[in-house]
Amino acid sequence: MALPASVPEEPIKPQMAHVEPPVIDLHGLSVSFGQRQILKNLRGDLRGKAIGLLGPNGAGKTTLIHTLLGFHPPSAGTAQIFGFDIADQAKQIRELIGYMPERDSFIAKMSAVHFVRLMGELSGLPSEAALERAHEALFYVGLGEARYRRLETYSLGMKQLAKLAQAIVHGPKLIFLDEPTNGLDPPARLRMIKLIREIRDSGHAHIVLSSHLLLDVEECCDEILILRDGQIAVYCNLEEERKSNRKFLMLETRGDQEKFIKALAKLGCEYALSGDHRLKIVLQEGIEVRDLYRLADEEQVQLRRLSYKRDSLEDIFLKAMENGYGGL
Amino acid sequence: MAVYEQTYKPYTGRLTPEWSRFLIIPRHALRGVFNSKLFTAFYVICFIPLLVEAVLIYLHHNITALAIMNLNARELIPIDGSFFQYFVNIQGGFAFFVALLIGPPLVSRDLRNNALPLYLCRPFSRTEYVMGKMSVLLILLSWITWVPQLLMFLFQSYLEGFAWFRSNLWIASAILIGGIVWILLLALLSQTLSALLKWRIIASGAMLGLVFIPSVFAEVVNFIFRTHWAHIISLFSLMGNVTAGLFGTFDRVSGRMQVSDFNDTVTEVLLLEPPLWCSWAALFLFCAVCLALLAWKVKAYEVVK
Repeated sequence: MALPASVPEEPIKPQMAHVEPPVIDLHGLSVSFGQRQILKNLRGDLRGKAIGLLGPNGAGKTTLIHTLLGFHPPSAGTAQIFGFDIADQAKQIRELIGYMPERDSFIAKMSAVHFVRLMGELSGLPSEAALERAHEALFYVGLGEARYRRLETYSLGMKQLAKLAQAIVHGPKLIFLDEPTNGLDPPARLRMIKLIREIRDSGHAHIVLSSHLLLDVEECCDEILILRDGQIAVYCNLEEERKSNRKFLMLETRGDQEKFIKALAKLGCEYALSGDHRLKIVLQEGIEVRDLYRLADEEQVQLRRLSYKRDSLEDIFLKAMENGYGGL
Repeated sequence: MAVYEQTYKPYTGRLTPEWSRFLIIPRHALRGVFNSKLFTAFYVICFIPLLVEAVLIYLHHNITALAIMNLNARELIPIDGSFFQYFVNIQGGFAFFVALLIGPPLVSRDLRNNALPLYLCRPFSRTEYVMGKMSVLLILLSWITWVPQLLMFLFQSYLEGFAWFRSNLWIASAILIGGIVWILLLALLSQTLSALLKWRIIASGAMLGLVFIPSVFAEVVNFIFRTHWAHIISLFSLMGNVTAGLFGTFDRVSGRMQVSDFNDTVTEVLLLEPPLWCSWAALFLFCAVCLALLAWKVKAYEVVK
């Protein structure tokens, strides 16, 4: 499908009522590196407890995070985090956030506890408090026994956990996690996912999780923002999206389909033909699958196949890649 | 987030003042620096000339000790501006080697390990980062340059009396300004090379090269053109001139050369140093270039345009 020439001017909002101020408010945010425009006029207010940042390689996920952290200046527009502007109030923002970078990042010739303590102190914690919280953070992520080992001797999975520990040592309100499960083996990945979910469920911090692994985002996030070519392709609440598609059925029939369709309409079902003998049905409240069997029996129609179809994150992602911008 | 609770909790305690946070870097770095026994030994050696200086000052005022050693006070070096300038220059040389050992890995190690985003994603600016890294060197170098020299000055003043102190206060200011300019220059140079070249050995080599190669080149130019103006590109000569200016011993005519022409007529050529203001201007320019390079290189991420 051809992409629309312009992006929508109105902020894209998930279909739910909110009272709290947005975690991240994007106001036409654009970022260019030289002549290359990386992010194009991003608009929207992100409010989820855990926001998944998705998109193919080069879509602008990491650039968006870096811009929100103040590493790259916007070429146009701006953004706010908890009401603080990224251009003018970067320092206030940085007091509220934690960041786990994608790449291997550490300070050489330091033990994990020394490293995390230093990071805590740089975030403004007094020396003793930073040391105490460094121990706590390392125990929390599961590196308690290895906390006096030098970071250079850590495995990739341990380094990822150490990066998470430095991101949470000062107890930030918003944590940016850039590809946190990169290079992890399945048990280490499960541990990382469990930690992210625990932090999310603690209610003390919001999470922005950038990943190209849909499963990670599906397991951790309640909202997703899909980027494509530096523009917002989709922003939605994952749970609501799933709920809205709860009774979405695929049917394959044999027999007089016309009569069957009329009967379905009389029953109050929304339907759509999706090929010969194939129907998509959205069941209304109070209508059960057994009603469809009864109807088929009455109209002498065979039901060859009946399956629940619920939009998975993969469906949403693929649709976003096909459809262009603005929503589902 | 207590160890036994294993839950995520925000931090609600007090925060340190923002202005003091750049000092966190030297506090952690100095601990690592003195873990090396080799460096600690070298650092101790740096204090030997100061011990000699202290002994000389003491001997000047201890007639009994001089009598035991069969020395006359007049035979000893006089304690004046030149005396302090001599020891300031010696300590400046030691400071160079300390900067050569400690400076190059300070930023390069962070760049190589992608640590800059970890610093800069916190309420900690690039300026604070550079200040923090530079203060590692400034603290180490201060302890072997202007701080002990000022103590020596106070020691001499204590033994000589208040009148000497009052009339020679300019020596203290020369020690202070000369010392700070030199260590600032060394700190800036080593940090810039450390940021430009990610490998410690290469950065150390470049620092040696940047100081010694222009000096050699300057001597060649001076010899060919019968001047001393080429000292303007030699850091050691520039600093030597500036220090001499501060101690009041600077003379533009730093040498004479006998030149004979085709008629065997011998003429004397005066070898002129660049004026003092030129030396100061060259040092300022050098520092400005270093700062610009640091501002360019010290970033969370390099942007490929």
